[in-house]
Amino acid sequence: MLGFLKQPVVVTAEINMNLVALTVMGLVNRLWALSYPRAVVFDEVYYGQFVSLYMKRIFFVDDSGPPFGHMLLAFGGYLGGFDGNFLWNRIGAEYSMNVPVWSLRLLPALTGALCVPLAYQILVELHFSHCAAFGAALLILFENSLITQSRLMLLESVLIFFILLAILSYLKFYNLQKCSPFTAGWWFWLLLTGVACSCAVGVKYMGLFTYMLLLAIAGVHSWHLIGDQTLSNVSVLCHLLARGLALVVVPVAMYLSFFYVHLTVLYRSGPHDQIMTSAFQASLEGGLARITQGQPLEVAYGSQITLRNVLGKPVPCWLHSHKNTYPIRYENGRGSSHQQQVTCYPFKDVNNWWIVKDPGMQQLVVSNPPRPVRHGHIVQLVHGITTRYLNTHDVAAPLSPHSQEISCYIDYNISMPAQNLWRVEIVNRESDTDVWKTILSEVRFVHVNTSAVLKLSGASLPEWGYRQLEIIGEKLSKGHHQSMLWNVEEHRYGKSQEQKEREVELHSPTQADISKNLSFMARFTELQWKILTLKNEDTEHKYSSSPLDWITMDTNIAYWFHPISGAQIHLIGNILTWASANVATLVYVCLFLWYLLRRRRKICDIPEDAWRLWVSAGGLCVGGWAVNYLPFFMMEKTLFLYHYLPALTFQILLIPVVLQHLTDHLCRYPGYSTGCPAVLISGDKSSEMMGFLVPAPALILGTLHYVPSVITLPCLAEENYSVNACTGLGKVNCSPV
Amino acid sequence: TLRRVRSVAFPTCLSLDPASSRGDALAPGAENYNSHDALRGNQTPLPAMPYGADSLSLDAVRGGARLPSGPRCGGLRQRRPRRPAGEPSRPSPPPRAWAPLEAPVGVWAPLASITLLSFASRFYRLSEPPHVCWDETHFGKMGSYYINRTFFFDVHPPLGKMLIGLAGYLSGYNGTFPFQKPGDRYGHHNYIGMRGFCAFLGSCLVPFAYLIVLELSKSLSAALLAASILIFDTGCITLSQYILLDPILMFFLMGAVLSMVKYNSCAVRPFSAPWWFWLSLTGVNLAGAIGVKFVGLFVVLLVGLNTVYDLWELLGDLSLSLVTLGKHLLARVFCLILLPLVLYTAQFAVHFAVLNKSGPGDGFFSSAFQSRLIGNNLHNVSVPEHLAYGSVITMKNLRMAGGYLHSHWHLYPEGVGARQQQVTAYLHKDLNNLWVIKKHDSNTDHLDPSCSVEFVRHGDVIRLEHKETSRNLHSHQHEAPMTRKHFQVTGYGINGTGDANDFWRIEVVGRKSGKRIKVLRSQIRLTHLATGCILGSSGKTLPKWGWEQVEVTCTPYVKETPNALWNVEDHINPKLPNISLDVLKPSFPEILLESHMVMIRGNSGLKPKENEVTSKPWHWPINYQGLRFSGVNETDYRVYLLGNPVVWWLNLVTIGLYLLMATCTIVAIKRGAQLTVCVSELSEVLLHSGGKIMLGWLLHYLPFFMMGRVLYFHHYFPAMLFSSMLTGITWDTLLKFCAGCLSCSMGKRVYTYGMLALMLLIVYSFYLFHPLSYGMVGPMASDPNSPMAGLRWLESWEF
Repeated sequence: MLGFLKQPVVVTAEINMNLVALTVMGLVNRLWALSYPRAVVFDEVYYGQFVSLYMKRIFFVDDSGPPFGHMLLAFGGYLGGFDGNFLWNRIGAEYSMNVPVWSLRLLPALTGALCVPLAYQILVELHFSHCAAFGAALLILFENSLITQSRLMLLESVLIFFILLAILSYLKFYNLQKCSPFTAGWWFWLLLTGVACSCAVGVKYMGLFTYMLLLAIAGVHSWHLIGDQTLSNVSVLCHLLARGLALVVVPVAMYLSFFYVHLTVLYRSGPHDQIMTSAFQASLEGGLARITQGQPLEVAYGSQITLRNVLGKPVPCWLHSHKNTYPIRYENGRGSSHQQQVTCYPFKDVNNWWIVKDPGMQQLVVSNPPRPVRHGHIVQLVHGITTRYLNTHDVAAPLSPHSQEISCYIDYNISMPAQNLWRVEIVNRESDTDVWKTILSEVRFVHVNTSAVLKLSGASLPEWGYRQLEIIGEKLSKGHHQSMLWNVEEHRYGKSQEQKEREVELHSPTQADISKNLSFMARFTELQWKILTLKNEDTEHKYSSSPLDWITMDTNIAYWFHPISGAQIHLIGNILTWASANVATLVYVCLFLWYLLRRRRKICDIPEDAWRLWVSAGGLCVGGWAVNYLPFFMMEKTLFLYHYLPALTFQILLIPVVLQHLTDHLCRYPGYSTGCPAVLISGDKSSEMMGFLVPAPALILGTLHYVPSVITLPCLAEENYSVNACTGLGKVNCSPV
Repeated sequence: TLRRVRSVAFPTCLSLDPASSRGDALAPGAENYNSHDALRGNQTPLPAMPYGADSLSLDAVRGGARLPSGPRCGGLRQRRPRRPAGEPSRPSPPPRAWAPLEAPVGVWAPLASITLLSFASRFYRLSEPPHVCWDETHFGKMGSYYINRTFFFDVHPPLGKMLIGLAGYLSGYNGTFPFQKPGDRYGHHNYIGMRGFCAFLGSCLVPFAYLIVLELSKSLSAALLAASILIFDTGCITLSQYILLDPILMFFLMGAVLSMVKYNSCAVRPFSAPWWFWLSLTGVNLAGAIGVKFVGLFVVLLVGLNTVYDLWELLGDLSLSLVTLGKHLLARVFCLILLPLVLYTAQFAVHFAVLNKSGPGDGFFSSAFQSRLIGNNLHNVSVPEHLAYGSVITMKNLRMAGGYLHSHWHLYPEGVGARQQQVTAYLHKDLNNLWVIKKHDSNTDHLDPSCSVEFVRHGDVIRLEHKETSRNLHSHQHEAPMTRKHFQVTGYGINGTGDANDFWRIEVVGRKSGKRIKVLRSQIRLTHLATGCILGSSGKTLPKWGWEQVEVTCTPYVKETPNALWNVEDHINPKLPNISLDVLKPSFPEILLESHMVMIRGNSGLKPKENEVTSKPWHWPINYQGLRFSGVNETDYRVYLLGNPVVWWLNLVTIGLYLLMATCTIVAIKRGAQLTVCVSELSEVLLHSGGKIMLGWLLHYLPFFMMGRVLYFHHYFPAMLFSSMLTGITWDTLLKFCAGCLSCSMGKRVYTYGMLALMLLIVYSFYLFHPLSYGMVGPMASDPNSPMAGLRWLESWEF
């Protein structure tokens, strides 16, 4: 009972001092003088505005990626007590006192620092020597581009951190797989892999490619597992299910949860409302919700409505008409009907109001009880202010001659009869008797006589149409397109039969209250779709570059420039690291192909174990480099040097891998080519040291030359130093800002 | 010898009990499991077969020795992948169980009948409708261009159109029909020759598919199923009946696959005559496929992957010496890379040699290129060599397919920079492309005979005056209309009097200051003096107000791109002596390269417009929407390109089925399940042969998801060919597997009736839908009186 007295309680702690040292070095390196400069540096101007919007809880859409990255940055702002009041308009603007620069930059710096021990661990888990691992970590530690990118409020270092974490946890999991499956540790690392993957994807979509790589590796390993006939069918199935759960289900759930948090936190309407559908806008506080609150839900005969085009491209707009008529002849000589123009107008206006009328009755008010309009009903649409009927006929539209002109009918007493009957088709109906609902229903108007469909063509009318957007009747409707769909945004039951009273009624704001809430999945789907399809205008940037420039580092980016002292921050890589990383990649690929072809001829140059190690390490590092680099060739957006950093990280990890392989196998056994001895004693200390020693000169040279450009500038600048900071640095650094 | 084989063998597929099956096999006249039952049901009855001939078809026509089609190859069976020597190999399968068919009748008769059916279905009502249908307006027109030898530009390589032109020429078409728009009547012009040529190639697809499936699966019924799918598919028929590139492309594509499959089966006797024949035929077909459309690259990829796999297997075969391997490698490099390249280049040589007259395509090409064309104003002309002040010039952007610097009386609309005169790049020749070079500081008339000639030199500051409107080329710090980060370029000033923003420094790339500037040869850069930006063409199309011409901007980013370089093309200066430009004629490799760049640019320029409804790749396999070939209204003769829905949905289901079967099989094998000989053979057909076809389908379908250009339904047809062949193989395998699991007679019946049912289904659905291809007149399908009433199964079909 008192056994512990006889045998003392012993806690044995094993601390890998390498790891500790690397972590400390990383932290010092990344965190030192973090809040310098107190000015907006490069893309901080971009991410900053989203942080501010988060602080103010205002909804936004960012097409550059999913919201998790922005959320992390905003979390830093939250910890620092940032109130969001800063105008992010210019690179180089001084931060005001309320901006917690240090805490905003803390998270990227921390993740950047942790990449160093992660790199060490990854190489250890790949069964490389501690020396090689240490070398890899040092290379990461002293890579200036990574340092620069980590010390600012940017997302690349966060992305790299999650990618490396995912790789490391998968390796840990895989190494546990052999001895102890289904233990707590096994589950922990497996789940962590999934979580890290989803975080990486959540920060930037580039993370998706690493996730795919890991899935592919896991697939290959699972395939081996299926072939392992010592396992029973049931246990194989359990293994596969566990992987499916952790690597597919968990990431998807995590990804959804990012959006859940995003949509929960951002509940106020804001600058990007317009691109969302009316239903989405109505779910935000303020903005449209204030107007639509309390509208009647069901559209009835006599309803006064505004109709918004569902597509929202090129700009969101509402069906509109005004007193002016189409010109008798267009510039190209074609004629028009000279009737009243119908356009799509991107602003709220009293001329956007239309009244739904029953063709069989004269009244323009809602009867009591209201008679709702259902799918398939025939209606007339009366323009509220001018009381003219929406009409289309066999006259070519102003800009799209293959389609019909849409007009508001004016009876000129020529042989052109009114054709103003429209069939209401609710596209997202659940049954054929669905009622036309405000905001929720997406409706197509089919002309009864000609079966033309009311459509937004996307073209802007010339001067005579006030540059509003053209509305056409598309005769041959080729399938569904959102530009043919309309939804009711503002809505009220009309009460005044007299034209004058009605005008007053139309000018008065709508009111009443029922709130419509979309489900989370509906909002998620819409937001996700907008993020993926929203295209910013193709921009050209002074420092943009093509992927080919990155390998040789033919490009750099001036991040910041102090107008008085001349102090600068540049994003530029350590040229020696980049060059040796390229060489390592090349050597790896050549050697791999050589071994592969020779092995096919049953000639084994290296033992089986070493080969497996070589394949797995190379698959990870070269594969990681390829999946993070090659996709950029197919992207059409503006690219910058910093897009290469995740790929570079993988390339750097490859340097010690190749070096250790060279020293272990090629330098020591030059004539080793015949037969396959079962065991090869791994290299002794001296050969292991090679993995570390060879990059050392690169490190020393590189850091001497380049570290000043990012680290020493702050302290020099503090002494009010006015000499051009570039003096003595590499030539590339000196390009004028 | 057939009998002997039968008596030694023991059939394993139908019954696992050797005794009873042996009894079956030996019993004279015993009715054996017979794929030809299926045939007898719905096809021409075969000649009576001798006893024993009608046995199972799994390996019925195994072996090239008995295959009358094509040269004979020694291999009785498709080469299996060689296992590395160290690994234990599975025991070799027992001798073949199934006697082959009486070869000549058994293979020739079905081949002949399907060929006959195929030709009949494609040539039936070929001349209807007697007016231009759909893309005939393009390809027919291009055929005419070849006959007239007029130069034109198209985004596809020339072979297909050359063949159309040749067919037209041989059949007596004289190239005078204008092919202006769909619906134009042909009248007395002879168009049947061109249509007949395309229909002929389209008809060949069916026998090709038959032979490919036969070679891969060794099963007659699988081959027949695949062939009948293609015969009775309304889409394939429609697409083959008109003057289009698709039948030609598909002909070469299937030809390449067929010869690839054939040379694979000759692998046991490498370097034999048939081996060389099929290998080089593959190369020839590849050249043909890319020569028609760039989509042919996918089949090149398929053959490439197959070859890499092939070489990998050979490499693992330790019995082959390195020298032999080298020979194998060289043979493939020669036949599959060099030969197609040579042929492909030869097509272009013919193309350029035939088209030697100026035509509508000139403006897309560089000045030097145009000087080759008879009738072009650059052909055999002589112009002054060096630019002088007072010269009237046109400037052409050096981008591939870049336009001429152009201006016109129209102003930039309000809200787009300053409201000054538009400056654009225009692809066509026009008087508004003319500019006069003036000194920046004086407005003297240099053409005045009293003035001496003064040459423009590198580094001079000049002013460019638009000849028609007398406005100066001008730039200022307003944003350009499309590329917002660039500066706007306008025409400014009255009668040549402007301001300091009209000054440009003229520089020649790679030249020292003070040198003269040459016509055509010098690559000129115009730097705006006040802002330091460079005149360039962004390549973006302006909206309606700019007449959809190309935007010209002044870029502040100094980068060496052809966008910012120009050359002088026309040059008029009466005071200077003219020299001949013949020296400028480009060499063949140069024009080859240039025409490719222009084609690639043209292809990527086919972007869908905003708010335009376009066909999406996911629509295609589900036959979501077809294409109107001819006719819209009730009174028109309407032809609608739409796959036979039954066939297409069967294909779609089969792809899922195949994936399921392949996954099950491969997992079962990986888990070490003990397969019977028959099942393991079936699985090999499924994985190996089916895999090749599946790969072909993927390669011809998936890349479309990544394409940014406008896509059409007919792009799916090459993939559909593969999908149909896969259907043949998969259902045959599935039914055989089911049959193998059941008892002997039961299994036979399942197999026979299964195949019969499938074929009847296909024929019946063709009967229902055949008006789609052969023309519909009368009320639309939505009308209950229409013959197609009730057949509009999807709302998106428009017939």
